[in-house]
Amino acid sequence: MARSVSTQRKLVTTVFAWAIGIAIFFPILWTILTSFKTEAAAIADPPVWFNFHWTLENYATVQERSNYFRHFMNSVIISGGSTLLGLIIAVPAAWAMAFVPARRTKDVLMWMLSTKMLPPVGVLVPIYLLFRDLGLLDTRIGLVIVLTLINLPIIVWMLYTYFKEIPGEILEAARMDGATLRSEIIHVLTPMAIPGMASTVLLNIILAWNEAFWTLNLTAAKAAPLTAFIASYSSPEGLFYAKLSAASTMAIAPILIMGWFSQKQLVRGLTFGAVK
Amino acid sequence: MATKHARVAARFMISPAVLLLLGWMIVPLSMTLYFSFLRYNLLMPGMEEFTGLTNYRFFLTDPAFFAALTNTILLVGGVLLVTVVGGILLALLLDQPFFGQGIVRILVIAPFFVMPTVSALVWKNMFMNPVNGLFAHAAKALGLQPFDFLSAAPLTSIIGIVSWQWLPFATLILLTALQSLDQEQLEAAEMDGAPWIKRFWFIMLPHLARAITVVILIQTIFLLSVFAEILVTTNGGPGTASTNLTYLIYMQSLLQFDVGGGSAGGVVAIILANIVAIFLMRMIGKNLDA
Repeated sequence: MARSVSTQRKLVTTVFAWAIGIAIFFPILWTILTSFKTEAAAIADPPVWFNFHWTLENYATVQERSNYFRHFMNSVIISGGSTLLGLIIAVPAAWAMAFVPARRTKDVLMWMLSTKMLPPVGVLVPIYLLFRDLGLLDTRIGLVIVLTLINLPIIVWMLYTYFKEIPGEILEAARMDGATLRSEIIHVLTPMAIPGMASTVLLNIILAWNEAFWTLNLTAAKAAPLTAFIASYSSPEGLFYAKLSAASTMAIAPILIMGWFSQKQLVRGLTFGAVK
Repeated sequence: MATKHARVAARFMISPAVLLLLGWMIVPLSMTLYFSFLRYNLLMPGMEEFTGLTNYRFFLTDPAFFAALTNTILLVGGVLLVTVVGGILLALLLDQPFFGQGIVRILVIAPFFVMPTVSALVWKNMFMNPVNGLFAHAAKALGLQPFDFLSAAPLTSIIGIVSWQWLPFATLILLTALQSLDQEQLEAAEMDGAPWIKRFWFIMLPHLARAITVVILIQTIFLLSVFAEILVTTNGGPGTASTNLTYLIYMQSLLQFDVGGGSAGGVVAIILANIVAIFLMRMIGKNLDA
């Protein structure tokens, strides 16, 4: 920034920007605050802001009544599992497309992307019936498979754009020195690719954690991750605001923190490299 | 240049991803297409028979389809309007120098990371509830009658909730694009005496055009499939007031067990999404060459 700005203008902007930032964040802040209130304080009119009796009781109750931890672990396993599986399939593919481009590489990439444009509801019926017949309904493994497939194009694309930035000359030099394909990947490529892979993993975990079409339609009680568990609060338990807030806070906290770390990569991952 | 050996290896490495995605596309898609021509209800097993285009005729002439199509367009259009206009304004604001930029940025993008079921329930119960919601408290404090958002204006309320979730996405992308703008060009215009509005209209907006298009296209893909927000707030009601295409097909297939009808709806949804997808793919493809 070369332009100099008067302090006065900077102060006005500061007040304005903070007010809007807090307004947008407010529903999350309010949820977090409410999770520490008693049920009576949660619906108090006029609302209580900070001077209430802070309690952790809601968190304990949510866990006791519904085995919250189980759903949390389902979310961890489903989002982690689908990311890991996706990575295992996508890394070789993205590596090959970035470093050994063929005539049709671009078409393959575009085609992969086009599978992402498929509205999930268009294949809801067959997937549901296939899952029923294969005994995959309400299983973690079933959801891991579906989420791997729906996020695979994003993983391939993100890795591809990161790998593309690694200069090919380095690989050629290694090859000249007699490195085999294997050692080329392990000793040369991997260390350079780790930052890109880390952001890919982060973004993919976020997307899988928050996925709320397949997780709602393909699970019942057993394999339900947090998205589906929270949906069960829609009535009438949702009217217990403090407990709803405690369950919600625990569901969004890990991903909120991850998201803040990955904000830069988010743009790249979600626009398939169209905006950097 | 890649050796023959490397090319064979490359093809080998790409094939698992390609085959899996190919299977994921072809198997369920052809099943949907096949079912859509059958009379097939899960409650009447063994009664399946070929009925030609009957499912399509029923689906497309169902008044609920027209309502759902209208709602889908209103939902997508409404959210796009709010998030794109809001996103431009927010990006312009966040691009200004001020104290605590990093923190405000974090606050603004936070809603994007909240899972849809949580944001829908928090808004529904803690804000829009006509008895205990914050909005009702505020209305009473001002001496007004509390407004029952989700019964009286279900679609508008859902547009509000979804916009809150997607505003950060639009803002973040537009801000990224804005920051790549050549500052010298702006300074030159400023020195030539161009007022702010002209600088915005003739320099910034054209520079943002590409990013705006990307935001519109990508959001449209996701917004066509809004589901969880409707499921936990209104269940598509009252009546069909907040039913979109995705929700209508879900009801037909998994609540009424009408596999044939639901599949016909699915094919219609795929065709509609593809119209948007073609434009998006062209934009991304162009970028790949550059």
